[in-house]
Amino acid sequence: MSAALATYGLGRRFGSKWAVQDCTLSIPEGRVCGLVGANGAGKTTLLRMLAGLSTPTTGDLEVCGRRPCDDVAFLSDVGFLAQEIPLHKRWNAEDHLRFGAAMNPRWDDDVARERLTALQIPLQQPIRTLSGGQRAQVALALCLGKRPRALLLDEPVAALDPLARREFLSSLATAVADGDLTVVLSSHLVTDLERICDYLVVVAASRTMLAADIDDVLASHRLLTSARRDASVIERDHVVLQRETTQRQTDLWVRLNGPVHDPAWQVNELSLEDIVLAYLGSQHPLEQKQQLGTVAS
Amino acid sequence: MMMFRLAAKSNVPPYAQLAEQVRQALMTGVLREGDRLPTVKEVVGSLAINANTVLKAYRELEHEGLVEGRQGIGTFVLRRPDGPPPGTHVLLARSLATWIAKARKAGLRDADIESMVRSTLTSSTSEEATA
Repeated sequence: MSAALATYGLGRRFGSKWAVQDCTLSIPEGRVCGLVGANGAGKTTLLRMLAGLSTPTTGDLEVCGRRPCDDVAFLSDVGFLAQEIPLHKRWNAEDHLRFGAAMNPRWDDDVARERLTALQIPLQQPIRTLSGGQRAQVALALCLGKRPRALLLDEPVAALDPLARREFLSSLATAVADGDLTVVLSSHLVTDLERICDYLVVVAASRTMLAADIDDVLASHRLLTSARRDASVIERDHVVLQRETTQRQTDLWVRLNGPVHDPAWQVNELSLEDIVLAYLGSQHPLEQKQQLGTVAS
Repeated sequence: MMMFRLAAKSNVPPYAQLAEQVRQALMTGVLREGDRLPTVKEVVGSLAINANTVLKAYRELEHEGLVEGRQGIGTFVLRRPDGPPPGTHVLLARSLATWIAKARKAGLRDADIESMVRSTLTSSTSEEATA
């Protein structure tokens, strides 16, 4: 399977501060990749570099086989939706569709229109009179109308109510099911990501902590609990992301490299949200050569 | 057409939930031989989930020989899973409802009933169950 998006030691510095450091990723074609991390962790900078809107300070990247910043033809292959959903407030959806048709060589008017009609979004009303959910859907329809091969969405559902969020994600999932589209979307809502994504990237403090198939992530992370305080054997064989020790009990959030043989440790499954939280508070960035193994516990 | 549901907080992976719902629909007779399962796009659109999740569920059912994917047309039911005929479930569910009503009337809480069912299930052997 070829990678739709790949980065190699990618970094971006603003003044003396690194927003993204040493980021090496490979997101396979046709996947929906969730990008999670705390505010200021570098998610937006990473997305902007993938979209060709920001030039890397170090390293290299490839999106749909091209280097974003030095190839104008690349622009028709990628769709980018910024967090603030930048639409012209005084224009209506119809104006935006005409603009999209004029600006994009591969524009598919039917795709965009069918989507908006199905959602009963008024095409003639100025954008400023539409709800947040409707605006997000107009923006998504424009992104999909240009028939991108990669779609990058920065916190697309953050401002939406639960129903509008579900409708937006449903539109997105349907578009992906139509094929030939790789998506990266950032979000704080892990439960949303768990439904719609099949790949996960976790960033914290400008570094990539985890990048893997969600099924593999779930299979290889466990909470180990024991009355014992000494965790040196576990630390030798596995990667301990976080530990919590009380007088009577030690809890370890662990990325397993194999089965846990010691019966003194009770092995419990972790939800995706728990795993993400463990990485956000962890000191162990992704070791680039280390592959996630599928481990039965 | 059958409708899928996903439990938000569940330890069962989404693909396994979907596959189990198809098996249940086959057991209870909601789905019959020759019926078409919802297309991947339909499921994805109604649940807002990843297409691979649906594909994985359908692949598992195909592997079990319950359904068959036909290129460009859809996924169709081949046969029911092994088990009692469809009407059996309805009959047993009805007598269970009567029993539960009796238990509640006798003053048992739902939690009591649940633990009674669980302990009876584990303690009775399959022989007793058929006797």
